[in-house]
Amino acid sequence: MSEATARPLAAATALVGRGVLLGRRNPDAVISALVMPVMLMLVFVYFFGGAIDTGDTRYVTYVVPGVIVLCAGFGAAGTAVSVSEDMRGGTVDRLRTLDVGAVPFLTGHVVATVARNLLATTLVFGVAFLIGFRPSATPAGWLAAIGLLLAYITAVSWLSAAAGLIARTPEAANTVTFLMMFLPYPSSAFVPIDTMPGWLHGFAENQPVTPLIESIRGLLLDQPVGSAPWTALAWCGGLLALAVTVSGALFRLRTR
Amino acid sequence: MPPAIETAGLTKTYGSVRVLDALDLRVETGTVFALLGPNGAGKTTTVRVLTTLTAPDAGQARVAGHDVVAERRAVRRAISLTGQYAAVDETLTGAENLRLTARLSGLSRGAAARRADELLERFRLTEARDRQAKTYSGGMRRRLDLAAGLVRDPGTTRIVFLDEPTTGLDPRSRNELWDVVRELAGHGTTVFLTTQYLEEADRLAHRIAVLGAGRTLAEGTPEELKNRYAGHRLDLVARDRDAYLRLSPHATVHTPATLTLGVPTDGTAAHVRALLDALDPDHADIERFALHSATLDDVFLHLTSTTKEPSHV
Repeated sequence: MSEATARPLAAATALVGRGVLLGRRNPDAVISALVMPVMLMLVFVYFFGGAIDTGDTRYVTYVVPGVIVLCAGFGAAGTAVSVSEDMRGGTVDRLRTLDVGAVPFLTGHVVATVARNLLATTLVFGVAFLIGFRPSATPAGWLAAIGLLLAYITAVSWLSAAAGLIARTPEAANTVTFLMMFLPYPSSAFVPIDTMPGWLHGFAENQPVTPLIESIRGLLLDQPVGSAPWTALAWCGGLLALAVTVSGALFRLRTR
Repeated sequence: MPPAIETAGLTKTYGSVRVLDALDLRVETGTVFALLGPNGAGKTTTVRVLTTLTAPDAGQARVAGHDVVAERRAVRRAISLTGQYAAVDETLTGAENLRLTARLSGLSRGAAARRADELLERFRLTEARDRQAKTYSGGMRRRLDLAAGLVRDPGTTRIVFLDEPTTGLDPRSRNELWDVVRELAGHGTTVFLTTQYLEEADRLAHRIAVLGAGRTLAEGTPEELKNRYAGHRLDLVARDRDAYLRLSPHATVHTPATLTLGVPTDGTAAHVRALLDALDPDHADIERFALHSATLDDVFLHLTSTTKEPSHV
């Protein structure tokens, strides 16, 4: 391996380690990242679930993919805050004088976020099983569903990292969390889209979260999913490419 | 030996504000150089340009013999920066912070651990190595930050930049940090520091440049500056407010509450006599006077007082 690729790789590895360690030392954030999705799932299943008709599928089984995606977006959005904290403090200057570029810097944040997120996802699945979630997915279905989730978490984390570069303060960066929390609502995550007003259908059916949730739900219930996984993957790939490009440019702009 | 730092006509503008205005600096290798100036004088911008973090709009700067724009990488390999904002992670321990930074500088895992241990020892942080940095005192944290800047092989870090290293520190921590700077200088490292404190520049630096509005107002050894710009200061007490206002434009130090004005002089009888006659030809405005040896404060105030207008009496 040449020095030009070995250095950034070693830097990214060291920064991923830092991200994981920082997460572990900040238990409040981790607990909220774990407790929030579980609470949400319980709220939907026990408070609203009785009133929502999802046909033959039990509501808990219907809603788990939505909660998982919501929790993934929520967790990934945290990247914006941690990136913006590094940009405001002296960390970014230190990294630049050590010749560490934007990609290892942001990769460190993104990978640590993804790791934290997978932990939260596992917990949500665990609790879901306890309250009656019974998927009938094949092993291949499970793998595909997890792969899609991973793609979504990675894309949203990179997008959040880009937002963290623009935000002037960590507080401003936190608004990304709200956006990511909101996005799954106007989709088929919690209620079937047919039950929404007509003017919302266009958005709800064509936003990135809907094909993602449809795919994950279909894969977990071993139902036909059609082209939804490919649409979801295309969304994730597109958003990821956009986020990586934009954050590279933003990093140069903000560190002039 | 070539200079460690040399700039010519360095200019940087943010919006309509000219932060650096054709700045010329020269820092000899192995010396401690202090850039002294009030807030907003352009100290931090100078450091940012010299450490390759900000590109200048015009002019040149060479650090360790390399151009800060064209040969950024080579400059980065020769310098260490400890900025105004801490670059250590508060929830990581001292040892973890140093190992991380050492890894980022390109050392292998093993080499990074060894380097961290050396630095902890050198900056007297060995006992606190496994405590989170948030439990450190202000001075310890600053030392850790400084150590983190020095993770590179000491043989290659030749110039250390410290941007207001003691701002916000208590006197004891400040003294500890001064010792660290002296130790660095003792090893032959070039130290470029910025400060608002005259005492700091006076005690640490071989040479001082006084910066105001992005320009060098004066440059020299502490002694030279004291002698050249204000060997002595004549304090005049005006007879009344009108007299104070008449005398005020000639003074560098204004104390309206006591109607006292300070005027620079070389301290000789001839000059003091001539000065009094020139300021007060009718022998009506000045009530008393006293002569003081100048301090670096006088130099600083003399050079950085942009308005000679009297403040409201």
